Order: sequence, then C-alpha cells, then structure tokens
Amino acid sequence: MSGERGALSDADRHLSRVRVPFVIGQVAVLIGLVVAGLGPLLWLLKAAISPTQDSIRSPLAWFPSGQVQWGNLSTAWQQGHIGFYLGNTAIIAAGTALASLIVCTTAGYVLSVLRPRWGAVLSAGILATLFVPHIVSLVPLYLTVLKVPVVHANLTNTFWAVWLPPAASAFNVLVVKRFFEGIPREYFEAARIDGAGSIRVFTSLVLPLSRPILGVVVLLSIISSWKDYLWPLLVLTNPDLQPVSVALPKIAKVTELNIQLAGLFLALLIPVLLFLVFQRAFLRGVGLSGGIKA
Amino acid sequence: MLFALPVLLVFVVFSWGPIVKGLVMSVQQTNLVDPVKWVGLENFRYVLTDPGVGQAALNTVWFTLLALLFGFPVPVLLAMFLSELRGKSWLYTTLAYLPVITPPVVAILLWRFFYDPSPSGMFNSILGTVGLGPYPWLDSPSSAMPSIVLEATWAGAGNAVIIYLAALTSVRADLYEAAELDGAGVVRRVWHVMLPHLRGVLLLMLLLQVIGTMQLFTEPLLFTGGGPQGSTMTILLLIYNYAFVNGDYGAATALSVLLALALAVLSAVFQFATRGWSTE
Repeated sequence: MSGERGALSDADRHLSRVRVPFVIGQVAVLIGLVVAGLGPLLWLLKAAISPTQDSIRSPLAWFPSGQVQWGNLSTAWQQGHIGFYLGNTAIIAAGTALASLIVCTTAGYVLSVLRPRWGAVLSAGILATLFVPHIVSLVPLYLTVLKVPVVHANLTNTFWAVWLPPAASAFNVLVVKRFFEGIPREYFEAARIDGAGSIRVFTSLVLPLSRPILGVVVLLSIISSWKDYLWPLLVLTNPDLQPVSVALPKIAKVTELNIQLAGLFLALLIPVLLFLVFQRAFLRGVGLSGGIKA
Repeated sequence: MLFALPVLLVFVVFSWGPIVKGLVMSVQQTNLVDPVKWVGLENFRYVLTDPGVGQAALNTVWFTLLALLFGFPVPVLLAMFLSELRGKSWLYTTLAYLPVITPPVVAILLWRFFYDPSPSGMFNSILGTVGLGPYPWLDSPSSAMPSIVLEATWAGAGNAVIIYLAALTSVRADLYEAAELDGAGVVRRVWHVMLPHLRGVLLLMLLLQVIGTMQLFTEPLLFTGGGPQGSTMTILLLIYNYAFVNGDYGAATALSVLLALALAVLSAVFQFATRGWSTE
C-alpha cells in the first residue's frame, strides 16, 4: 500500500465494528493459507520420513506406527538417483538463465541505448510474438530442434535444446529494454566522451547499473525451467540428461510409496529454499510481469 | 550490429521460424520419413471430422469454465484483503505463493496420492471426519475434471494474488481520503475506489486465464492420461498424441493452428466487448 493507506483509514482501524471483523478475518485467512499453502508441503515432509503403510492407512495421523524412517531420504537420493537428476535440473536451469541473460541484455542494449534505425522493426517483431500462443509452435519447434535450419544440427539429447528456445522470450527482452531506457542518457554521452566504445559502455556501465532487473530475469528463468515438464520430456529422451521433473513420474511407477514421497520432497526442497531466500526480488518480478502485461 | 546477433539468431530460429513453419506444416503431410507432400486443407478436414476433437474441445471449455468459477474470485478477494494488512502481509503472500513455487510434477504426484479413492485416502479421510464421502475423485468421468481443476487452481492462485496486489499498490491514497470525506463507508470505498482501479487488470487476467487454461496439458497427462473414458482429454493432450504418439505432425499442427485461431478470435471479441469498461 505504498506505505500510505488503503480503503481503511487509521480512524476506521480504531472503530471496534471495523476492527473486530478485520482481526477475525486476518486470523481466518491466515489459518486458511497455512492449511492450503503450507499444509501439503508439511505433510509431504512428514510422509517422506514415514513408512509406506502409515501414509496409506492413516494419512492424517502423526507417525501412527511410531517409526521415523530418515533412511527414506537417502534411499531416494541414492537408489532413485534424485541427486543426479537434481544435478541435471541445476545445469539446465543455469544454462537457461545464462542464455536468457545474454539475449535480453544485448537486445535491450541495442533497442534502448544504441537505437539503430531498424530497431523499431526488431522491437515490433519481438512484441508480436507475445500475441502468438505458444501452442502454434510446439510441434514445429520440436522439429526445428530435431534439425536446426542451415546448420542441420540435431539438438535433441543435448542441453542446447532446453537452453536456447526459452531465451527467445519477448517478455524478458521488453522488461530489460524498459529498465535500460530508465538509465539517464547523459551517462552514455559522458562515457563516450571519455572514449569508451559500445562494448565498454555495455560491460562497465549498463550491466552493473541494471543488476536488480537482471536478478529478476535470472530468478524467473531458473524457476520456470525448474518447473518445466513437457519440453524436456520431448527433447531429452536420454535418461542421463533428464531433469528431476521428467524423472519423477518414471520413478513413481517403479518405487515404493515412501521412497517416492521422499523423492518428491527432495525435488521440492530447492525451489522452496530459493524462493524463501530471494522472496522479495521474486515477488517483485511477478508483480512486474503483471504490470508489463497490463 | 554485433549486439543484435544473439536476439536475432534466437528469435529467427526458435520463435519466428517455428511460427511460420507451423502455418506451413498445417497444409502438409509429413511424418519425417516419407517426402513432404502438400495436401491443402486435408489436415484440417481430418482433424475436424475426428470425433475425439469435438469431445476434447468440450472438455477443454468445461475445464476453462470450472477454472474461472473456482479460480477467479478467490485471488481477487484475497489480494484486496491483503492490501489492507500492514507489516505482516509478507507472511500471507509467502504462504499464498508456496503452491506456485511447487514444481507442477511434484504437485501432481502429491495430489494424485491425496485423491486416493479409498476411504482411507487423504481427502476422503478428511471429508470422512465430517461424514462425507468417500468420493472417487479421479476415477469417475464426472469428477475427474473438477478434481484436476481443484489442483490447478491451488497451484495457480498465488500468482494472481501477487499481480492484483501489485496493481492495488498504485491506488492513490487521496482517492480513499476524498471518498472518506464524502462520507463513504469502508464497503463503498472498496466498491467505488478499489474495484474500479482493478478493472483493467481484472479483465486482462480473465483473458490470460482463459488462454492459459485452454492450453492445459501436464495435469491431465500425469493425473489421468486423458481418462477415465476420455473425460479429461484436452485439445493440447490430443495434439501431443497426434504428433508424438501417432507421428502425424500435419494433423497436430493443423489442430494447433485451429486452437490458436480460436484463442485469437476469443481475445479479439473480448477486447471489443470490454472496450468501454477497461479504461481506468
């Protein structure tokens, strides 16, 4: 509420006919959110260290058989190879973030700082892709990755197939471009007078100044690649390269429930920790995405 | 020019290229083995006469309607409420956002367990304590789709809350003050200041949600695989089956183009119909 006020004024907050329902509402909403938001995750933590029978027979009870099986976690990690798949997921996420970063910063630099005459055309072309549903290009994109035009490389079963396509994100380009436009142009002129070339202006002026927005781009692309399922399922058929999202449903088919749930818990842990650590930057990024779309 | 290279390469190869290729492929017959053949509108005719497509279209629309019913009002109300909190609102937003952070595959596998149809299943034992159930959840054609919607709503609501909250931070305090001086009570301030301010975002989110839910895929694939009795077969799952199960890429892209056209028409009609309301 920008620190000022909302629909309720300070005077309202002292009126008991406003304050009482408001406080009751706060408690009710908090309970609702704890049950709906945190509840399933806490239950997963409990089930991850429970025997299978406890989870199946009485899912609501607190360790009914009295057994706590910490070993489930290490079994899932080793026999389910969750650690290995998490490693793949991390490689995929890091590469995606890096590729997105390279594309959106250089594009933002061209469009908002260098401003060549064809910039408007490029900008319009990027914007236009926002209006085309992804679904049109799912199958042709797959065939493209199968045989990249001109160079005829087959990218399936290489990480390039999951790193590069998400980098063509109109959203990232537009957000970064907007941020770069906010940097005062006097800085660039001063740098040029001091003899800095385009590359130097980019690396030692624009990039350091835009660290906050780049952080947002990195976070959003890491989380979205962590969540992706369909695309890696299609292009990474080699189990040695698959991320944890593709591996989990397969593991679920062949392992016992307690190990399965332990695996789910391990796969959930990292995104939740990342989110809790970078919560502010993260929620700002989401709000930003709403603002841009609006 | 050097700086434009990454964006040009990536967009030409992975964005503009596939879009054009998709349009071309929809009038070709290709299975990657035989030479490509031009077949005109044959793919479209094939797709439109496939009885599975009609059912998938109905299922998809049904999902979208249910998702709007379950999923649209709650985040709006929650965001309006949270915007009045002071200090502690980060706790609420964090809690609301946790399901969004949960990777969809993890959430689906977990909920598949929750939906266990036996009386000792998670949801059935909760409902059993108040004397309801047991319900078959994913196992019956009539309740499978609502069950999927419930999970999808849980997974997505947090995102909408954050976006509405961001929109609400830009309501100017003096509007509330003016309304208060004019004697408007809390309810009327919410109705006449807060809601009108949200109108633009609300309309946009409505459209985005419809477009998003029309492309439902992961949930039906992992929850039910389209069953029972085809009750959760969606358009996107059908496209996936056409292309990656049957190898009929032409039919798959024809159906994609049809879906994209439907979405485009829908957005255009929506924009036209709401032209007068969306000015803030």
